[in-house]
Amino acid sequence: MEELTLDAKVEHLDQVLALVDGLLEKRDCPMKTQMQIDVAVEELFVNIANYAYTPQTGQATVRARLLDEPSAIEVTLIDSGMPYNPLAKEDPDITLPVEERPIGGLGIYMVKKSMDKVHYEHKDGQNVLTFLKCL
Amino acid sequence: MTINKTTEDSKLTIALEGRLDTVTAPELEAALKDSLSGVTDLVFDLSALEYISSAGLRVLLSAQKTMNKQGSMVVRGANEDLMEIFDVTGFVDILNIE
Repeated sequence: MEELTLDAKVEHLDQVLALVDGLLEKRDCPMKTQMQIDVAVEELFVNIANYAYTPQTGQATVRARLLDEPSAIEVTLIDSGMPYNPLAKEDPDITLPVEERPIGGLGIYMVKKSMDKVHYEHKDGQNVLTFLKCL
Repeated sequence: MTINKTTEDSKLTIALEGRLDTVTAPELEAALKDSLSGVTDLVFDLSALEYISSAGLRVLLSAQKTMNKQGSMVVRGANEDLMEIFDVTGFVDILNIE
């Protein structure tokens, strides 16, 4: 398992993605799957960076590991900010015409749609979000 | 990300190269703010774009809303991986994708 704890700031996204992509390189992961996983990591990490500790900043921990049978990656993002379950947010209506489409709200929806399992729990004062994607 | 702008009368072509994500989307937003005035025909060439997240989708949606008021917008050259994202998010229905 790989683990990284850093200040939850958007400029640290590259480091978080490097950890996850480093693991994916060990498996023959299609580009499409890698992009979906990177998008999920980006959306969840940026949410923590932008909202978890506002107006202060705090830390985020990212854990990632490869699983076998079936081949998969499991990624967990942890913060100690305000309790917030992003999965409880109502899905955006993606059939609305362009003029009525709100700008935003798509990030978590993309995570839910493209990952195989997504799970949230609030535990020991921390937000713990885990997703799993088969490779 | 690299942003290449080509203007021809009131037609603006924006070719994007690299990653359109949380970090780079504000650059595109700023570039559009500066250059959409008087444009009636906006073309996004995504053939060298490798990645898009919701931050990038937001900028495309915002551009589409602006262009609906002053002309038209076309998205061109998106690879299969980007198309998957446009599909999941319903953007295939609101963008004019060629």
